[in-house]
Amino acid sequence: MDALLRLDNVSKSFGALKAVDGLSVSLQTGEALGILGPNGAGKSTLFNLIAGHMRPDAGRIFYDGNDITTQPAAERCRLGIGRSFQIPHPFAGMTVFENLLVGAVFGGGLTERAGAAECHAILKRTDLAAKANRLAGSLTLLDRKRLELARAMSTRPRLLLLDEIAGGLTDDETLLLTDTINGLRREGVSIIWIEHVVRALLRVVDRLVVINLGALLQEGEPQAVMASREVREVYMGMDASA
Amino acid sequence: MRLDVVIETATRASRTGAVVAIGVIAAVASMPWWAGSGTMRTGVELLYYLALAQVWNLMAGYGGLISFGQQAFIGIGGYALVLFAYRLGLDPYLTLAIGSALAGLFAWPMSKLLFRLHGAYFAVGTWIVAECWRLVFANWSWLGGGSGISITATVRGIEPWWREALAFWLAALIGLGSIAGVYLLLRSRFGLALMALRDSEVASESIGISVTQLKTWVYVVAAAAFGLVGGLIFLTKLRISPDSAVSINWSVTIVFIVVVGGIGTIEGPIIGVVLYFLLREYLADYGAIYMIVFGLLAITVMLTLKGGIWGTVQRRFDLHFFPVQRRLRSSQQTLNST
Repeated sequence: MDALLRLDNVSKSFGALKAVDGLSVSLQTGEALGILGPNGAGKSTLFNLIAGHMRPDAGRIFYDGNDITTQPAAERCRLGIGRSFQIPHPFAGMTVFENLLVGAVFGGGLTERAGAAECHAILKRTDLAAKANRLAGSLTLLDRKRLELARAMSTRPRLLLLDEIAGGLTDDETLLLTDTINGLRREGVSIIWIEHVVRALLRVVDRLVVINLGALLQEGEPQAVMASREVREVYMGMDASA
Repeated sequence: MRLDVVIETATRASRTGAVVAIGVIAAVASMPWWAGSGTMRTGVELLYYLALAQVWNLMAGYGGLISFGQQAFIGIGGYALVLFAYRLGLDPYLTLAIGSALAGLFAWPMSKLLFRLHGAYFAVGTWIVAECWRLVFANWSWLGGGSGISITATVRGIEPWWREALAFWLAALIGLGSIAGVYLLLRSRFGLALMALRDSEVASESIGISVTQLKTWVYVVAAAAFGLVGGLIFLTKLRISPDSAVSINWSVTIVFIVVVGGIGTIEGPIIGVVLYFLLREYLADYGAIYMIVFGLLAITVMLTLKGGIWGTVQRRFDLHFFPVQRRLRSSQQTLNST
């Protein structure tokens, strides 16, 4: 299998803080990778580097065999990297439907007419169809999180970066969410998912990576990683006290 | 995928609006035959302020570019008239197009410099760059230098009635055209991108919108529009000086019109410009007090009416005379609206 995404010794500092420190990770086409780590471990920075919202200080990023280290975020989206934000960034003055339509048109390269039908389908899959014509700014936090996923889907991604979208969901809602994500996987979308809700993560991912202080702590098959003492100490210990 | 997905953009208000618009256009176009000279002059002024406000609103309300330096482009348009029409003897109406093109052309390298600044720094930066332009014109003695220059000679061959009528029609074309232009732009795919940009820059990038490119494009188009209107302003005034052309007062008035009327809507600048002219006409007899009234009004609106006058009306009555919202309509499902 070819690697869809490869990070080669990537670093990013903010002043004296090394948010990501010499990290190397790769993702195979069709794979779903889960990322765990305590707060401040550098997970969201990692997404900002992959999606192009930040440039690494050192190291290279390859996507689909091409070096995308210096490509702007918009270009990476058009290449097929879609993302959701941990803190939702809805287009508050636009309707829920328009939030998706703009993604389908600019990220997905569709016409408004073709995009509309596709957006309608995505709204149904993410349980937002009944709110299609509401202003996104009027949504509850939960629906805003749904919208994050829906809008990322509307750009027709081949690689989807999900940043903590399961927090605050009930068991039924979590199940619905993981079903949706597994459905995307069956359609060939590769996934990287940052999530604290481990039971949701384990229903989807093939492999887990645990990062701490910007560096790789553990990597491997989910059950084995969760069972390791090191992970339990660093992750569970720190997360419980946080 | 279903084929019954329809993007709806028209509303009942918009259909009423279309009928009203046709009436307004007819009334305005026939004005040179029935209106007096004073009314016409006020009309020209109102129409070019309308155009400036619409364009500034597009740039600031959607593109997030809060510029206080658009007077630079008014100056470029005005001084293009001096250089090309007065000094080099070209047709003054042709010169309007040249001034507009030059303003757009200069805006591009200026954007490279100014886009390094954000928020308040950008606003102040644009003002400073405009001041530089004022100094350029003030020190260019062939174009009149610091005391300015009269350019009456450029229109000497044209009969006064025609001159007045032409200026009025041009102003009407640009003023009403700015509404149509902004409306059509917002209904196009670029409108979607601009509305997204207005709401979140970082999310816009994440869904494939090249934000810097879009902003540059808006800035250049706005500059060209300001250059065009600048030329028109001084073709009616026939006298220009650096202090009158590159004056911060242009920006202050435009910001007042847009913010009080309602930023980020097409209706807002229309209401703002009408209100500004009504107040100015009625308060003119009271001297400097009218500036205080304007100031108090602006502060009151900003503190009490979020989104200006039109923003408040829109929230309460869900009125859209220029609908740019795409609504999803499906026969299987009843969809809630806002």
